[in-house]
Amino acid sequence: MIAWLLDDSPTSRLQAGLGRAWRVWTALLRNPLAVVGGLIILVLVAMAVFAPLIAPQSPVGQDLANRLMPPSAAHWMGTDELGRDIYSRVVYGARITLLIVAMVAVIAAPVGLVVGAVSGYFGGWADRILMGITDIFLSMPKLILALAFVAALGPGIENAIIAIAITAWPVYARIARAETITFRDAEFIAAVRLQGASSVRVILRHVLPLCASSTIVRVTLDMAGIILTAAGLGFLGLGAQPPLPEWGAMISRGRNFILDQWWVATMPGFAIILVSLGFCFLGDGLRDVLDPKQGEKQ
Amino acid sequence: MSVPLLEVEGLTVTFPTARGPVDVVRGISFSLGRERLGIVGESGSGKSMTGRSILRLIRPPGHVSAGRLVFDGIDLLALSERRMRALRGARISMVMQDPKFSLNPVMTVGEQIAEALLTHAKLPRRALKARVLSMLEAVRINDPERVAGLYPHEVSGGMGQRVMIAMMLIPEPDLLIADEPTSALDVSVQAQVLDIIDDLVTGKGMGLILISHDLNLVARYCDRILVMNGGEIVEECRASELHLARHPYTRGLLAAMPRMDEDRDVLPVLDRGAWTTGAGT
Amino acid sequence: MSATAIHLENLSISYGKTPVVHDVAFSVAEGESFALVGESGSGKSTILRAISGLAPEWTGAIAILGKPRGHAPDRDFAKVCQMVFQDPYGSLHPRKTVDDCLAEPLAIHGIGGRDARVRDMLAAVGLDQRFRFRFPHQLSGGQRQRVAIARALMLSPRVLLLDEPTSALDVSVQAEILNLLKKLRREQGLTYLMVTHNLPVVSFLCDRLAVMRHGRVVEIADVSALKTGRLADPYSRELYAASGGALQPA
Repeated sequence: MIAWLLDDSPTSRLQAGLGRAWRVWTALLRNPLAVVGGLIILVLVAMAVFAPLIAPQSPVGQDLANRLMPPSAAHWMGTDELGRDIYSRVVYGARITLLIVAMVAVIAAPVGLVVGAVSGYFGGWADRILMGITDIFLSMPKLILALAFVAALGPGIENAIIAIAITAWPVYARIARAETITFRDAEFIAAVRLQGASSVRVILRHVLPLCASSTIVRVTLDMAGIILTAAGLGFLGLGAQPPLPEWGAMISRGRNFILDQWWVATMPGFAIILVSLGFCFLGDGLRDVLDPKQGEKQ
Repeated sequence: MSVPLLEVEGLTVTFPTARGPVDVVRGISFSLGRERLGIVGESGSGKSMTGRSILRLIRPPGHVSAGRLVFDGIDLLALSERRMRALRGARISMVMQDPKFSLNPVMTVGEQIAEALLTHAKLPRRALKARVLSMLEAVRINDPERVAGLYPHEVSGGMGQRVMIAMMLIPEPDLLIADEPTSALDVSVQAQVLDIIDDLVTGKGMGLILISHDLNLVARYCDRILVMNGGEIVEECRASELHLARHPYTRGLLAAMPRMDEDRDVLPVLDRGAWTTGAGT
Repeated sequence: MSATAIHLENLSISYGKTPVVHDVAFSVAEGESFALVGESGSGKSTILRAISGLAPEWTGAIAILGKPRGHAPDRDFAKVCQMVFQDPYGSLHPRKTVDDCLAEPLAIHGIGGRDARVRDMLAAVGLDQRFRFRFPHQLSGGQRQRVAIARALMLSPRVLLLDEPTSALDVSVQAEILNLLKKLRREQGLTYLMVTHNLPVVSFLCDRLAVMRHGRVVEIADVSALKTGRLADPYSRELYAASGGALQPA
């Protein structure tokens, strides 16, 4: 099987593609930090998918008799001010975090990629206008911009996702533009143009695949920031609304008891730190493997 | 040619790869007097690595080993990095392929040539300037005063390469290694630059190692030729007797080159199975 | 075979404000192999780029097979005239297999039977089928240049523009590619317009040559004049001597 994947002379498109993917995969496995990051993300995904099986209790079920209990065998992470099991809430919170992260990536990355590629490929006026807009977005602090959008759209998890996506795309546009400019005049692009390919085809089929890997790396590294922004919005009460177990909102609630019942705010905080770190490690590993300047040589 | 300037015996350069270590130069031996030696080969033949390893310019993870690597009685392999630095430039110089990457973009041409000299000798300011200008004149730059004040991006490729040569030759080294010194230049400029190198080398009685992929060019400017293939020397001959070369690789290379009065319908192609280089894969 | 494949008239080309080529005119007959010779900066490559549509700022007239040429690349023109680039390392998309690269022109023009066509073309340029799904970094320079030639021939063009097709290759590989180009021209009746600085290559592959200097054509000569060293213009003779040729009285 592995010999088939690493065959120097693949016999089908599928085998060639899989062989490439396999080489990236084995290179990634050689990087211990990337493996740690990947495992953390894997645990996050598993927690989100199997939350009902993993969580011992309902994330919203109140038990006022047992409020603000410290960590114990019954409640691994203690209980909050309404007697809800914090561990269960953290597990269910993984769903919300993953949803936010995935939606932001799905919305922001393609928008940024296309804007950047178009801007870099055509240059001239298209470039000036698109990059002008990008710069306006870039010049404002992310959280404040997101706050303004949520304030305008109304609090809630969907609006938080939209607001974060709106603040996230300009970075990808910048990266895609910079990459595109480096090979806009390359002969392989000229060759496709001479074959009669339309600009749309050149950008979609030939330019974007080359920008994709650096964008993937950047998105992975940005995940931590996205999680923190989402948590920040939640903390300020503008993200997910109670009783949703969003990690940022949980910290916000725990703030009142931070001196006497430290676990209420700390446990979701740990979750945020751990997942952010996981994405950073994975992103670093991906950069080493996917970076076109280094990756092809391996 | 009683005492050779440079003696190389069993020179091997090894690079580690994913599939185990690979010898890019495989135990080659040659010696050089105060003469012009050409090393010819195609890409991957190890010719550039040979030149670099003499100056100990192979960076880790690359590894150089040799039975003997002696320059003018000095064992180059035993030398400390500090003494090696003192030797480079002062006694052995190297001209690289592209002047654009070898010249410092934020220093004027004159400053760079002066610096090359100052590294190895202390001179008063006026004498220094005179030496720089006379060196620029020696590489046939017409108005040295003006050119000395230019920055590298303001000079053409041919002029840049002449500046490089001036820089390399001003400390009056005993051995000049020129690695594809003209392949980035136009044919008419190529001849000028090589003529300059040739004049200076013969005039000062230096040794020259000219590394190139171009058989004809090396045959024209050297006394002796080494042909390399797969990290080994496959042929050694006098430049004037290149057409009598016996090794199938050399003969193949000579035949594969189109001639000015070409009348063959098909160019003979190298049959790489016709000889064994011991190069393995 | 007397039809005109490439006809240039009063062609002047500029990059931005800088004029690069001045008033160039020549015609290449169908089936002929014509060389543009000169040193860097002589404007020889710029002429190829203008013909192909990559250098749109020109005045004058360019006609390919009797049809006037517009200023930008276009679909119909692509089927008539293709280009092979100098650098085999830069002219192939680094993330696409040989198969993708060769099938792309067929996909652009909606031509069917891609599988068979790609296989036939690989055979025509002397590449084994096992190279079909390799990526460019798994190929040598000569193999890459074969792929680039195959790509240019996928649409069965009549005219091929060759921009220093062998100058980045080793001598032994150069011979293989030159032989291939000669064979393809004979088999498919192609017209070549080749840019090069290498006079012996011209002698091997071309019927006529134009010598360029500072953006102008200084001499158009038959290749026999090159072979016998009887070029007329002083600059051509200088170039000839610098390339190692033995001059004869013109």
